[in-house]
Amino acid sequence: MHAPDGFLQPSVALVTAVISFVLLAFALRHAGSELGDRQVPLAGVAAAFIFAAQMVNFPVAAGTTGHLLGGALAAVLLGPWVGMLVVSVVVIVQAILFADGGLTALGYNTLNMAIVTAFGGWATYLAVRKLMPRTSGGVVGAGALAAGVSVVLSAAAFSIEWLFGASAPVAFDTVFGAMVGVHVLIGIGEAVLTGLVLSAVMASRPDLVVGARHLTSDELQAKSRIGMRPFLIGSIVAAVVVGVVISQFAASSPDGLERVAIDTGFAEAATDHALDSSLFSDYATAGVSNEALSLAVAGTAGIAVTLLVGGGVVSASRSARRRQMV
Amino acid sequence: MSGAHGSTVTRLYVAGDSRIHRISPEVKLVAVFAVVVVGAVTPRTEVVAFGVYVVAALMVVAMSGIGLIKYLRRLTVIVPFILFAFVIPFVGGGEKLNVAGVALSVDGLWAMWNILVKAALGATMSIVLSATTPVTNLLHGLTRLRVPRLLVAIISFMLRYIDVLVEQLGRMRRSMVARGHDPRWLWQVKPIASSAGALFVRSYERGERVHQAMLARGYTGVMPTIASQRASINEWIAVMVYPAVCFGVLMLAVV
Repeated sequence: MHAPDGFLQPSVALVTAVISFVLLAFALRHAGSELGDRQVPLAGVAAAFIFAAQMVNFPVAAGTTGHLLGGALAAVLLGPWVGMLVVSVVVIVQAILFADGGLTALGYNTLNMAIVTAFGGWATYLAVRKLMPRTSGGVVGAGALAAGVSVVLSAAAFSIEWLFGASAPVAFDTVFGAMVGVHVLIGIGEAVLTGLVLSAVMASRPDLVVGARHLTSDELQAKSRIGMRPFLIGSIVAAVVVGVVISQFAASSPDGLERVAIDTGFAEAATDHALDSSLFSDYATAGVSNEALSLAVAGTAGIAVTLLVGGGVVSASRSARRRQMV
Repeated sequence: MSGAHGSTVTRLYVAGDSRIHRISPEVKLVAVFAVVVVGAVTPRTEVVAFGVYVVAALMVVAMSGIGLIKYLRRLTVIVPFILFAFVIPFVGGGEKLNVAGVALSVDGLWAMWNILVKAALGATMSIVLSATTPVTNLLHGLTRLRVPRLLVAIISFMLRYIDVLVEQLGRMRRSMVARGHDPRWLWQVKPIASSAGALFVRSYERGERVHQAMLARGYTGVMPTIASQRASINEWIAVMVYPAVCFGVLMLAVV
């Protein structure tokens, strides 16, 4: 996911850089009010932790390994603002020092890997937490699910950026299908890992977990009625089903007959469609069989990403303000 | 990237006294960023311009004395994207070109070239930067470029503690292996993930201890920086010749 320089058009790089810059500036201010003067050492050590955790390779299946991305984990452990700040720092350091991700790609890399995962993950976490029992098992389950969703959101965000600024003649639906499809699998791994890491932290120092501050000490001690295992298996099955349905939607490329029909009969119908695609990169929409459908997919994905990330930002700033007033 | 020997961050720096090593960090940061930006905005059809950039970048690598092998080994971070780039001509749409019986998308070939050359140029610049500038100097450079002090302070803490945490993780792992831990499948992941959780708790507690130790020594929230000599105007001019030449080539190519 660490995109190099030139992967998306300069215009997208610039716009995403501005968005990331503004949110980073807000995060620096909010982190101050959330952590006080402890912020610097703690955020620094937490960033080192995320960096180290990304280096730990976990076995997936015979010889294949994966690693943690950590955006949602950081948000649940440290709160969304500090979490976002910490993962952004990791992404920035990886680009400057390790050549992992381009310098001009920092805008969209930070947006996709730190901002979307932290705030999207946080919003999902808050929503799922309401449905869960008020126990530490509930925190772990909601955190795991949020982590899985955050990875898929990140992939969707990348695909939408591709729609606006593709650098290659690969259609949006292909990229969206491939990215979301692959990231559903990665998301399952992320969910399992985040759940296990969270449960290890909840077992020893639940007081450190910002996402568990709503629980009283009695609730922390209470045993969860739903076991971790059935819950995880259930959510993995749900994620696979959703992923398959979405990628089917997205990857519906035309069969031969449709192709002929488009080429011969409906060519002029296609020229005057209502949607002006000049805003979008020519590549991402060229070769798309059904532009309306793929724009609908893009729009739905965009709304989902925006709602969740925006919801995360709003609830994060609200809770920070409330804490200040108390 | 990982490894039991030496450290992750300090190993990036290749000791030397080349001209590139001697450039002030803030000047080097700006020059590197400018070259990467010029490269990124260059239209992909300007092959000659990219030729000039690549030759110039390789000259800088040679001047820095990093060593070709070390440079190429670090360049491997972009391999996943090279693989992606090689797929594009096969899946890309548009006009097709027949190469040895395989239909390749012309546009896709251009896209592949675009990603390869820009990614390689950007990575080369980052590699030269981190190989010729000690991390502490780089942080001073960021401060002098008015990057928020809070952000620089967080980054400096991160870099200081990466090695500590990676070594701690290595110790945890070795003791697990010594007890017969040899995971191959996802459902055997629990011990590793739990040790990552333990690592977080240990890191957090370490952060708290460090903070208290700092408070005891008069920490007020911002790290004091020792005023060091700023880069002279002459140095700025001398170094910025490099991105300026790249920009000139871009202008010549486009106009």
